[in-house]
Amino acid sequence: MISIVNIGMNHESAPVELRECLAGENMGPADILAKMRDAAPLKESLFISTCNRIEALCTTDDPEAAEGIIIKLMSESSGVSEEEIKSHMYSFYDMEAVKHVFRVASSLDSMVVGEPQILGQVKDAYRLAALQEKTAGVILNRLMHKTFHVAKRVRSETGISETAVSISYAAVELAKKIFHTLDERSAMLVGAGEMAELAAKHLLKHGVKDLIVANRSFERAVGLAESIGGKAVLIDEMESQLVSADIVISSTAATSYVITADMIKKTARKRKNRALFLIDIAVPRDIEPKVNNLENVFLYDIDDLREVVNENSSQRMQEAVAAERIVEEEVLKFENWLRTLDVVPAIVLLKEKIEDIRKAEIKKSLPALGNLTQEQINIIETLTTSMTEKIINDPILMLKTVAGRSSKDRFLDITKKLFNLDQDKE
Amino acid sequence: MDLLISKIALFLILLSTGGFIVYVIRQSKSVFRCSYWVMFAGFIFQTLFLAYRYFDLGAVPVVNLKLSLAFYAWCIIGVYLLFQMKLKLMVLGSFVAPLAALFIILSSAIPPSPETVPLVFKNIWLVIHVFSMFIGYGIFSLAFIGAVMYLIQERQIKRKTIGTFFKRLPSLETLDNINHYSLIYGFPLFTVGMITGAVYAQYALGSYWRWDPMEVWSLIIWIAYAVLLHERLAVGWRGRRAAWMSILCFVILLALFFGSSLWFNGYHSFGSFGEGSRLP
Repeated sequence: MISIVNIGMNHESAPVELRECLAGENMGPADILAKMRDAAPLKESLFISTCNRIEALCTTDDPEAAEGIIIKLMSESSGVSEEEIKSHMYSFYDMEAVKHVFRVASSLDSMVVGEPQILGQVKDAYRLAALQEKTAGVILNRLMHKTFHVAKRVRSETGISETAVSISYAAVELAKKIFHTLDERSAMLVGAGEMAELAAKHLLKHGVKDLIVANRSFERAVGLAESIGGKAVLIDEMESQLVSADIVISSTAATSYVITADMIKKTARKRKNRALFLIDIAVPRDIEPKVNNLENVFLYDIDDLREVVNENSSQRMQEAVAAERIVEEEVLKFENWLRTLDVVPAIVLLKEKIEDIRKAEIKKSLPALGNLTQEQINIIETLTTSMTEKIINDPILMLKTVAGRSSKDRFLDITKKLFNLDQDKE
Repeated sequence: MDLLISKIALFLILLSTGGFIVYVIRQSKSVFRCSYWVMFAGFIFQTLFLAYRYFDLGAVPVVNLKLSLAFYAWCIIGVYLLFQMKLKLMVLGSFVAPLAALFIILSSAIPPSPETVPLVFKNIWLVIHVFSMFIGYGIFSLAFIGAVMYLIQERQIKRKTIGTFFKRLPSLETLDNINHYSLIYGFPLFTVGMITGAVYAQYALGSYWRWDPMEVWSLIIWIAYAVLLHERLAVGWRGRRAAWMSILCFVILLALFFGSSLWFNGYHSFGSFGEGSRLP
């Protein structure tokens, strides 16, 4: 029987430094996926990599071998030893894996429960697997579609996403403890990711007056600036813009520090020592941690914000319970579907055999009927098809019903003997 | 009579201090309101007591450390009540009240000494000198309290330990503003106090400046606050550095306040009244 294996690490299982390493400079998700496709024990595979988590998902006949291969791949791509990775990973099998994927996409396993970005990231990962690398098959296709369905249900049926204490919200709260009010303050986004956009919207809602978007791709900066009402600048102008900014949110994909302590130190005098609040939501980090030691400069990275958020999220646990119930429900449904997979080959064989018979008989009989119009031929086709379908409908339903039961094998056996399916195959 | 009034004032101020401490723990607005009004009542009684002493002595009641402390505490509370009307910062009381209470307890713990007032003390310049000096002290005390609160809050934010105080304390901006405005108002008053003191010295002692230790020490304080104010306004010192400087200035100020009566031997010291009366 085929197994579903899920190996991953999230903000709880691994520290940010390790996640940073695995977020990958050497190998992108596409490369890893390609290697997963080439590894023999893995059948279908999917690889999700966000700034907070890494999830590898695959179907296999040999879960142990698959797990070993995935860990080896991660170790190769990151340069971190296999032991180190193993000690910070979790692994789930079959229904546990399904449940975990559901929870991840529904943002129940997120650092900030209910944050909306993760679903988009899972969708991107699936798109990569399904369209580009073609590593998704029957099971993963079904699983991922179900996953999106679950996420949608959780979002619409629980208050999780509405009341979600997002990282942006925590950042606004902190900013208020530094600046009192955000009115007339100016903010700068360095990097124009989804998360930065969300944070910027929050800031604007709370009174921030000027918003500057600095991005490596100027086009993207202009796009974002236009959509939320800010001003776009070149990434090279970022340093000079630091003088006027009060709040900086950095979320670039750069692999080295974008904002250094020296840079901030240089602007301090021009800034007249005004307080500066820096938020680093990028992994790997964009802002040198030493910056926090400077006077009147406050730096929070994504893990710090998590600590802040934890406190507020406890009262939202009620909603989470409702969400967990939805997940459990959908896991059961998926399990039922997965079980029918065992009887699917027999059903396919049965359908094929009947269809073959039907086609052969028509081929034999048509010449004897003389000249028929296309319409008449169509009628014969429809007639025979619906006859054969109706004949095998009940046996197929029966097979699907017993799919989850222990008597399944007996029924499969009988079906194969009754219709002589095995012999046909040979 | 005045003894009873001062006892009532002491009791009310201690009660409100207790209330302010309960407020900061429980965060109940009604506790704050009660404490605030008890504090206000305590202030009224303290005012009555000091007014009584003023008319009884015929001079500002700072003739010994006991009375000076009572007067100082009164100034702190008065300045706080004024600031509170403007700032509406409930948590401020929880920091101010203990400081005021400390001085009032010290004052009541000092055994009474004979309060004889030489004639030279009955002078309008001296009244202005003492009032502006002491109100200046009161305002600087608030700057000190604001600085302490700033450093606590700053530490919470820097260390990312979002603890009890994070929620209870106001924003850094607000706390820095307390520091800023305390200097803006406190420094001119202190300067007026210095000048009127010199004028009075000319009148009473025949020279504006005698290099008396108290005078020198006051000058040091004046310079320290002047530096802080200048750095704030011209250079843009703010936040942490300004807070530390405020605390340092205040420590020097306290050293002057207590030191003048305990260690120094000039005409200002409370112990040397006999000599004071012998002055021309």
